[in-house]
Amino acid sequence: MVDRSAIGATDEPFTMVVEYGKVREFARATKSESPEYLEDDAPVMPPTFLTTVSFWSPKGQSVFSKVKLDLRRLLHGGQEYTFHGPPPAAGTRLTVQTRVDDIYEKVGKRGGTMTFVITVSEFRDESGTLVAEARSTAIETGQPATTNEGGA
Amino acid sequence: MPTWDEVTVGTAMAEREYGPISRTDIVQYQGASGDFNPIHHDDEFAQSAGYPSAFSVGMLQAGILASYATDWLGPRNVRKFGVQFREQVWPGDRLVCSGAVVGRDDAARTVDVELVATRVGGGAAIKGTATFVID
Repeated sequence: MVDRSAIGATDEPFTMVVEYGKVREFARATKSESPEYLEDDAPVMPPTFLTTVSFWSPKGQSVFSKVKLDLRRLLHGGQEYTFHGPPPAAGTRLTVQTRVDDIYEKVGKRGGTMTFVITVSEFRDESGTLVAEARSTAIETGQPATTNEGGA
Repeated sequence: MPTWDEVTVGTAMAEREYGPISRTDIVQYQGASGDFNPIHHDDEFAQSAGYPSAFSVGMLQAGILASYATDWLGPRNVRKFGVQFREQVWPGDRLVCSGAVVGRDDAARTVDVELVATRVGGGAAIKGTATFVID
């Protein structure tokens, strides 16, 4: 059971430079063959690259620490990205802030209660312009699920 | 990259097969992304959580599906990309990505595509939608 009082909670904004090497490494790990990722000096980030930024947030500052989720029962339900122009390119200094947008429960196909946690991250460039948003759905299952209802 | 006239509603993307997804692919993605959740590479940890073995990272399949789309319509042109996770992907699985143009906005010069990555011998692992600007 998670804490619904976490709705609206935000983390502290933090800044991260989009790195050329990480963009190429990510494009290769996700099987892209596009020379724009693999050969350009300042490649744009692949769309799902935004999610990696969350793994670099300062320790203990993730909004998820305010929701108290159990890693062993955590599934990733879905993910949406919006770019207000071409995706940010290597060299861009992005500032990101994440908020808990919603928390709700649903009864799963096999009974157990599932808790959905929706977070939204906003990414701004050096001038403060909103350049990208990422919306994430995390699901805490009542018990470990081996198929469907998520994929983590 | 296709031209505006080549991406009409109903245009199907060429199917593409990826994999079999190896443990090395999973670990490579974890290193690239910074997501070191042990459930994706540590069998003992995965089994202690009730799973038969470690399994792939959902975001790896999401990234492959995104690459499938951006390799066709261009990395700089993507404006929206969304996925819903369905079936888990296990080491050894092969994934077939397919997609089609389902919408077109003449004024904005954007196309909407629907995408799916299907496990060979299984069901849809991940479904996606995307919007691209066409130059």
